[in-house]
Amino acid sequence: MSVWRLAWTYLWARPLSAALNIVLLTLGLTVVGAVLQAQAQVERALQRDLAGIDLVVGAKGSPMQLILAGVYHLDVPPGNIPLAEVERLQQHPQVERLIPLSLGDNIDGFRIVGTTPDYITHYGATLATGAVWTAPMQAVLGAEVARATGLKLGDGFYGAHGLGAGGAVHEEVAYRVSGVLAPCACVLDRLALTATESVWQVHDEMHGASEMDAQDLVALQADREVTLALIRYSTPLAAVTFPRAVNATERLQAAAPAMEITRLLSMLGVGTRAVQALGVVLLLVAALSVLVALWQALRERRADIALMRLLGVRPARLAGLLLAEALWLALLSLLLAVALSGGLTALLGFVLAQKQSLLLSGSWAWSVWWPVPLLALAVALLAALLPAVAAYRQDVHTLLSVR
Amino acid sequence: MITTLGLAFQFAGAPAPLRFPDVDLPQGGTLLVRGPSGCGKSTWLGLVSGLLSPGAGQVRVANTVLNDLSGAERDRWRARHVGVLPQRLHLSASLSVRDNLALVYFAAGLAVDQRAIDERLQALGVYGLAGRRPAQLSGGQAQRVALARALLLRPPVLLADEPTASLDDEACATALALLRDHAQAAGATLVVATHDSRAVLALAGAAELRLSGQQEAVA
Repeated sequence: MSVWRLAWTYLWARPLSAALNIVLLTLGLTVVGAVLQAQAQVERALQRDLAGIDLVVGAKGSPMQLILAGVYHLDVPPGNIPLAEVERLQQHPQVERLIPLSLGDNIDGFRIVGTTPDYITHYGATLATGAVWTAPMQAVLGAEVARATGLKLGDGFYGAHGLGAGGAVHEEVAYRVSGVLAPCACVLDRLALTATESVWQVHDEMHGASEMDAQDLVALQADREVTLALIRYSTPLAAVTFPRAVNATERLQAAAPAMEITRLLSMLGVGTRAVQALGVVLLLVAALSVLVALWQALRERRADIALMRLLGVRPARLAGLLLAEALWLALLSLLLAVALSGGLTALLGFVLAQKQSLLLSGSWAWSVWWPVPLLALAVALLAALLPAVAAYRQDVHTLLSVR
Repeated sequence: MITTLGLAFQFAGAPAPLRFPDVDLPQGGTLLVRGPSGCGKSTWLGLVSGLLSPGAGQVRVANTVLNDLSGAERDRWRARHVGVLPQRLHLSASLSVRDNLALVYFAAGLAVDQRAIDERLQALGVYGLAGRRPAQLSGGQAQRVALARALLLRPPVLLADEPTASLDDEACATALALLRDHAQAAGATLVVATHDSRAVLALAGAAELRLSGQQEAVA
């Protein structure tokens, strides 16, 4: 008969107390684990989409807004910038690559982005079917967009005005699906991509371009705008001077994604720390509860402990028995917490995907979960310490004399 | 075999040590430890079983001088050499009868021998109760289970503390007969601590150790 089996028997000799303690411990571990998971996943999703983008240039406004709108497609952009200025930036020697983005319309709440095929190659996305657009009004759908709208290769669709679902529909000009991207687990999954010219054409039609005279059309051509531009530097030195030069212009603003995201994460950090603190408090309560349960068990089992001493069990082994009981509790809670946290993460990923927000996966990031088993172990040790010492010091002779 | 020489034990806070008469009991013998409540019977049993260490004098049990052993060594020695039948039996309420016996192996650090447990339960006529909890046993059944536990490892010494305290005459006679017969069958030295005159009568011919509870001179 091993210490573990005996501890197991003793644990379940009081099933209600054991079950309650397991529930408490499981809740505490799950909250801590879930916070760690969510934190890591959000961070990973944010870092993944900004890879390779050194600077975002757009209209004057909040740099955070520019990043959220331009890189993650979560916020509305601050405004548009003249195409001429963007073309001028493209010629700059410190710019290796510039990807223009034109926002303004959506399909079923998914943004239609006018851009160049560079945008697709930037994220290393590949086409599941069809091909990249070769003319205006052809569109390549992200995997999530194709799934949600049910549009297939060759289907036509109208864009709706605005960045959220429910704007006025541009029934004048229809898009045609020229390709569908394979899932890339990046921001492209929830975008519909098209040529920059398509966006211009749709809005020209809206403003009645087909009825304009030649002079007005020329003016329209001269006023071409894009929403923002994603820039990769040709040299790291550009980070020092380039943004300053852009910000000095009258209409342009530059924002470095890496910097803004660090700022965003530190703001989110306050929230996650609060939830983490809640988890730690839950764990402490659980530890106290296990301590009380073991202490109670010790009192109930005074006779058993005296008996075991009488049978020749060393005091250290008695202490080990209580410790083993606490470790059983921790192990069972840990297993339950693993199952529960996995379920919660999957649920969270599902809900966020439904809301077309950041793409989180329901997959388990073991690398960030490692503190949870350690916490479970710490709680078990903490809770068992006092009762174990008491068991160790139990004076068997006085116990036996108690009639 | 139990031999004591000039044994004394000092309780914390007591003005003078409790002194015990010398004992020289051969292997397989029977000893009655008599005296009123509080005279030191439990203390003497504690010294002989190695639970307590004497303030003075020497204890030699089953060819081992307990004075020479450390606390942990005495625990290990007790597990193999002394079977104890405590007054309140001390069967664990959390464990089945079978697991209560298995606890002996746990204490001795041995692998559980289920056959030995079965045989011992059979010998005491309680084999059918192996799956029960102690709360489901009658007083007599519980005593048989406790005796089975005390004899499981065939210890050379069997200590019984007030084995007849709460029994009626018939159960008292049965209990003492069981004790004597099984101790004899196992060749164990039997020590019965009691203030019950029925036990004294039933174990007539046994050696006696009379304790008065007073400070006694070394005999």
